[in-house]
Amino acid sequence: MSMLNVNGRDHSVDVDPATPILWALRDTLGLNGTKFGCGAALCGACTVHLDGRAIRSCVTPISAAEGKKIGTIEAVTDGSDRVGAAVHAAWVKHDVAQCGYCQSGQIMSATAFLKSLPKGKRPTAAEIESAMAGNICRCGTYARIRAAVADAAATLA
Amino acid sequence: MFPNLDHREMPRALQHLLARSRQVAPTMPRRSFLKLAGASGLALAVFPHLSAAQAAGATASGLKPTQQPSAFVQIAPNGEVTVTINRLEFGQGVQTGLPMLLAEELDADWSLVRSRNGSSDPAYIDPLFGIHLTGGSHSIKNSFTQYRELGARARAMLLSAAATRWNVDVLTLRTQAGAVLGPGGRKAGYGELAEAAMALPVPEKVTLKNPKDFRIIGRPTTRLDARAKSSGRQDFGIDTRLPGQLTAVVAHPPVFGARLRSLDDSAARAVKGVKAVLRIPVDRNGEGVAVVADGYWPAKQGRDALKLQWDTAAVEKVDSERLLAQYRELAGRPGPRTFDADMAPLASAPRQLEAEFVFPYLAHAPMEPLNCTVQMTDERAELWVGTQCPGLDAAAAARVLGIKPEQVTMHVQMAGGGFGRRFVGTSDYVVEACEIAKAARGAGLSVPVRTLWSREDDIKGGYYRPMHLHRARIGFDERGNVLAWDHVIVGQSITTGTVFGEFQVKNGIDATATEGMRDPYPLPMRLTVHHPKVNVPVLWWRSVGSTHTAYVMETLIDEIARATNQDPVAYRMRHFGDKYPRHRAALQLAVDQSGYGKKQLPKGRAWGVAVHQSFDSVVAYVVEASVVEGRPVLHRVTSGVHCNLAVNPRSVEAQVQGAAVMGLSMCLPGAAITLKDGEVQQSNFGDFPVPRITDMPQISVHIVPSAEPPTGMGEPGLPPLAPAFANAIARLTGRPLRELPFKLA
Repeated sequence: MSMLNVNGRDHSVDVDPATPILWALRDTLGLNGTKFGCGAALCGACTVHLDGRAIRSCVTPISAAEGKKIGTIEAVTDGSDRVGAAVHAAWVKHDVAQCGYCQSGQIMSATAFLKSLPKGKRPTAAEIESAMAGNICRCGTYARIRAAVADAAATLA
Repeated sequence: MFPNLDHREMPRALQHLLARSRQVAPTMPRRSFLKLAGASGLALAVFPHLSAAQAAGATASGLKPTQQPSAFVQIAPNGEVTVTINRLEFGQGVQTGLPMLLAEELDADWSLVRSRNGSSDPAYIDPLFGIHLTGGSHSIKNSFTQYRELGARARAMLLSAAATRWNVDVLTLRTQAGAVLGPGGRKAGYGELAEAAMALPVPEKVTLKNPKDFRIIGRPTTRLDARAKSSGRQDFGIDTRLPGQLTAVVAHPPVFGARLRSLDDSAARAVKGVKAVLRIPVDRNGEGVAVVADGYWPAKQGRDALKLQWDTAAVEKVDSERLLAQYRELAGRPGPRTFDADMAPLASAPRQLEAEFVFPYLAHAPMEPLNCTVQMTDERAELWVGTQCPGLDAAAAARVLGIKPEQVTMHVQMAGGGFGRRFVGTSDYVVEACEIAKAARGAGLSVPVRTLWSREDDIKGGYYRPMHLHRARIGFDERGNVLAWDHVIVGQSITTGTVFGEFQVKNGIDATATEGMRDPYPLPMRLTVHHPKVNVPVLWWRSVGSTHTAYVMETLIDEIARATNQDPVAYRMRHFGDKYPRHRAALQLAVDQSGYGKKQLPKGRAWGVAVHQSFDSVVAYVVEASVVEGRPVLHRVTSGVHCNLAVNPRSVEAQVQGAAVMGLSMCLPGAAITLKDGEVQQSNFGDFPVPRITDMPQISVHIVPSAEPPTGMGEPGLPPLAPAFANAIARLTGRPLRELPFKLA
C-alpha cells in the first residue's frame, strides 16, 4: 500500500511502488485527464504538479510522491486555482485545442511556469517558449499556445 | 488522409463490398430516440407513422437515413440543441463545423448548441461516398448541403408546430435564435415546441438560406469542445472504462510479418496484475503475444518480462539504404506511364535540368496512442475506438469474431489526432484488439479488453507514408518555357491490395502516388511510375501524394524560374493564366499580406514561395527563412487560402497553422523512419522528433473571400510548406534541397 495525496485528498493505492504516477492516476484512481503520450518523458502529455513543480508522471514512480502533493489538470482547472483558472480561460479564449489530447499537459506546464514567476513579472516570448518546449503538440497549436500563455500572464500580472 | 477521388468513380464492386459494412444494424430503432433521449434531451422528429405521413401528404419515407433529422438533432425542453456528427473528430474541427451548418438553417441559438459523436449507424455514412468515412478533407464539403437540409427540415417542423399551437398560417411565422416568432408578439422557444414538432411528418423539400443571410456560417467560432479540452474533461478512446475492463499490451514481431519461434512467459505471468498471456495472429500474417492485465503498467511490465525468439526467415528484411539503391535502379527502367507527352524536344532544349529527390518513410505519430476497447457477448460485440472508418472496421471485427457485421456496434470516440493512421484498409489495430478479446474470452476472461499501444508500438508499427524516389529531366528555353519534362516516381502503392486499389490503381499506377503532379502547370510531361512491393506497410499521411509531389513540383518550378532569372511569383502567375483563378487569388493574397517584393528582409533572410492545390482547396505560402549555424530556420509564414466559403474561419486558421507545422515536421533533422535488417530503427519522439514550440514560425492565415460551396481544409495547408521553405533556403545557398529531411551539404 502506498499513500498518494492527489488534489488535496489522500488515497491508498495497492500497486507496485515503481508504478509511474500516470498509471496510478489513470488506471487506479480513475483520473483520466492526465494523458499517456510517450512513456519516456519526451512529449509532456502526462505533466502533473508535484509540490507545485511540473513533472512527467509517466516516468516518476509513485514512491517519489510519498509525502508530497500531486496536482492534476482536474483540480488545476476546476476554478479553485487562480493561475489555473486564468490559463484555462486563456486556452478557451484563444481556442487553442485541436484534437486536444496534449492540452492537459500543456496547461499543466503553463500553470507551473506562471506560478514560478516572481510576483508581477511578465514573461518574455523566449521565456514562454523555453517553459513550453517540453510539450509536443502534433496538431501544431503552438501559435495559439504562445498567445494563450502570454494572455494568461497578462491577466495575472 | 484519403486520396482526391471522385465519388462517382467508386465502382459497383467496391460499393457492393462496402455495402456489407453498411448493413450494420442501427444502434437503436429510430423511434426509440424519444425515450432514449428523455433523460438528457428530447429528440426532435422520429420517422412518422406511415399513415400519418400519407395523411399529411408527406413523403418522409422517401428520405434516406442521412436525410432524417431524427438521427442528427435533438432539442431538449430547455432549448439545448444537440447535433450528432457523422464523422470522427480528431482535431480538424468538424465537431463544431457540422453543427454550425445545421444550426444555421435551424436558426438555433448558437450558445445552446452542443455536439455528440455518431456510430456505425447507417445514418452516419458520407452522403456522397456511401460509406462511413472521415478523410480526404471531405467532411464539410460533402456534408455542407446535408447538414443544412437537416436543419431546415427541423426548422420547418418547429414552424408547423407553432402554427398549430397558435392556430395561425405558418407563413406569418419566422424564426430567430432558437425561437419561433408569430403575430401579436407571440414567441415560443424551440424547447417548448420540440415535442409537438417531433410528431409531424418530415418535409422532403426545403428551401435553404441565401448565403448572404448566414449569421452562423462564416463567423469565426470557438470550438464546442474548447472547454472540455482545456480542462482534462474531454474523454478520448483511451479513456474508455467499462466494468471489469482489462488492458492488453502486445509484443509485436520485430520484422513485419515475422512469427514466434519460442515463447517463455513464466516471468510475465508472475507480474502482479497480469491475467493472461496470449499468442495472437497480428498484421501481415505475423504473430504476436498479448499480455492482458488489470492496467497498462502491469501489462507493460509483463510484456517486458517475456522471453521471445522470433523466426524472421520467411519474411523480407528491408534495409533503407539497400532499398534506395533498388529504387534508383528501378527508376532507370521502363514502366507504366501517364501524361505521355512527346520527349523528343528534350535532347535539343537549350537549357537542361536533372534532379533526383528522396523522401523517407514517415510515421503519423498522433498524440493519442492507438487503442481499441472490445466487449463481447455471445451474440454481439461492441467496440469503442477513434476510427475514421467505423463501417470498414465493423466488418473486419465481425470477420475476426465470427459474427455478422450487424452484430457489431462501433462507438466512435474522440481521437487524439490521426493524420490518416486511423483509416486503415486492413483495420490493423482494430483487428488486433478483436483477436485479443477473442483469445481472452477463450481463456475464460469474458470481460471488456482495451488494447493499448505504446509510443514505441506506434513508431515501429508500420503504415507509414511511403518512401519515394523522384527523378526529373527537364528541357526548357531561356524564358523558362518547358519544352519537355520526363519524370519518374518510384514508391509503394498505398491502395494496392486494399479495397480502394480497385479504383485508385489504373494501368498499374496508383493515383495516390501521382496526385499533385503537373497541375496547375500546363507542362509537356511524361510520367513513369514504379510501385515496388516492399515488406513495409504503407498508408496515406495527411495530404497523401501531395506530401511529396507538391515538394517536387514547387521546388523544380522555382529552380526553372531561378535558372532563367525570373521572379518566382511572376513565373507562377504566368503559368496559372486565366485557367487557375483560385491559385492566382491565393498566391496574390499571400504576396500582398507578406510584403513580398516591397519589404526589405533582414540580412541573411530570403523569401520562399510555393502554392499547391489538394483536396479542392488551394494554399499559397510566402515564407521568410535563413540559415542559422548551418541549420535552416523558418521565421515567418504568410498564407493565402482558397477554400471557397470558409464555414468557420477560426477553424480554417487553426488547420492551416497545424498543417504548416506538420509540413515543417518533414524538413527537420531526424524526420525519417528507416529500417535495418528488417527492423524499424526509430522508437519514440527522441529519435523520431516532431516540431516543438521552439520550431514554430510566426504564421498568419488569410482567406480569399468566396460564397461558393466550401472545400476541405484538413490537409491542404500541408503540401506547400516544405517547398516554400526549401525555395527560400535554396535562394540563400544557391543549392537546391532535394532530400527530406533537409540536409545542408
